Amino acid sequence: MNNLMYLKDVTTLKLDPEKCIGCGMCVEVCPHEVFAINSRKAEIINRDACMECGACRMNCPADAIRVDAGVGCAAAVINTALGIQTNSCCCVIESPDSPPDFPKDCGETSQKTGCC
Amino acid sequence: MVGSKLNAADHFGTFKARWGINRMNYTVDPGLYALGSPTSESDVYVTANYKLSFDKLKSALPGINAWILVLNTNGINVWCAAGKRTFGTAELVRKIIKSRLAQVVSHRKLIIPQLGAPGIAAHEVKKQTGFRVIYGPIRATDLPAFIESDYHSTPPMRKKDFPLTERLVLIPMELIPALKHMAMILPVIFVLSGFFGPGSFLENAVANSFFAIIMLIGGMAAGTIITPAALPWLPGKAFSFKAMAAGLITSVVIFALFLMFSANTLQTGSVLSMFLLASGLSSFLGMNFTGASTYTSLSGVRKEMKLAVPLQISAVFCGIVLWIGSLYMINT
Repeated sequence: MNNLMYLKDVTTLKLDPEKCIGCGMCVEVCPHEVFAINSRKAEIINRDACMECGACRMNCPADAIRVDAGVGCAAAVINTALGIQTNSCCCVIESPDSPPDFPKDCGETSQKTGCC
Repeated sequence: MVGSKLNAADHFGTFKARWGINRMNYTVDPGLYALGSPTSESDVYVTANYKLSFDKLKSALPGINAWILVLNTNGINVWCAAGKRTFGTAELVRKIIKSRLAQVVSHRKLIIPQLGAPGIAAHEVKKQTGFRVIYGPIRATDLPAFIESDYHSTPPMRKKDFPLTERLVLIPMELIPALKHMAMILPVIFVLSGFFGPGSFLENAVANSFFAIIMLIGGMAAGTIITPAALPWLPGKAFSFKAMAAGLITSVVIFALFLMFSANTLQTGSVLSMFLLASGLSSFLGMNFTGASTYTSLSGVRKEMKLAVPLQISAVFCGIVLWIGSLYMINT
């Protein structure tokens, strides 16, 4: 299934080798083998496979990774563009810094957009 | 206490959830569960309170005694909830404290599915609770192998693919909303067609709308069934493009079948309009499958939409104008 690759040169992923401590957490959490450890530092070996899930950034203890994390979902982009307030669970675009809690009535919209 | 074996009711529940029946209420209560008869030495597995996630975890651990800590994600699966950070550090820390996990087990490690990582900061969990996060394999079925290899995932266990079976089970989620919309659009086309032509209202409606209805159903099927199923083999990388191609292929096939088997003559305007509508519709529906796929990024989706959405709107607009125009032509 190697031919399932998404668009090239779009990801916002950035790695700061100065800050990297080579712990390998990014290699461990990335679902698409974007990183590898080379001479005690992390390295981006497959940039175009990045889906911006944000796992690496979240688990980097040295704060060496930057990525605008989000869910690659067209329905969410449309809803956001139209200003529709969705509480749909995964189809939502938000910054990694937004609060972890969300309204309890999450569900109905996600059923419509079908993203969960 | 729970067992690892799933019964018929569990399987039926899974089936219903896939078809969108009661999906959002398919939950288990958050909290700490005992799988088999665990001791203070037993492993702790963390999951979401979506029953499908919970079922997959426990059925992957037959004969194993373990603790299962269920976080409250409002019934959403681990990966989606991690993206929203409801499967997140804050909720995990809350549940560790509330369940008094530190008293229940003597060790200090948690096994968390790797797809929960977008929501969990392992170093933060360690700092706040003393528990060390070990990321387990993506697929619960790899857990026995993971345990055997001393809690290490091999690279294939860490990689999220998107195999045919997984794409197929996601089809109903796209198909059902599309069918609901079609149930509203198709009658309009049927009724509108009745006003044009030499015969009675019903004769006209059937004669003028038959091709259109079949083409639109074809376009819908192309976007919601063929695109997910044939994803790796469709040309291009953007989902909107792959789905447009699927829509065009379907349209050509239907058109060819009409030429071969239908006694009715087809008007060029009507054929052209339906090619535009079917491929535009397919492109839009297929583009929405990005949300269910396992490898699309938000930046990529934004990029493809910038080009695709204006084209989809133009195709549908031109298609409607052409089709109504072709109806008027019948009367002149």
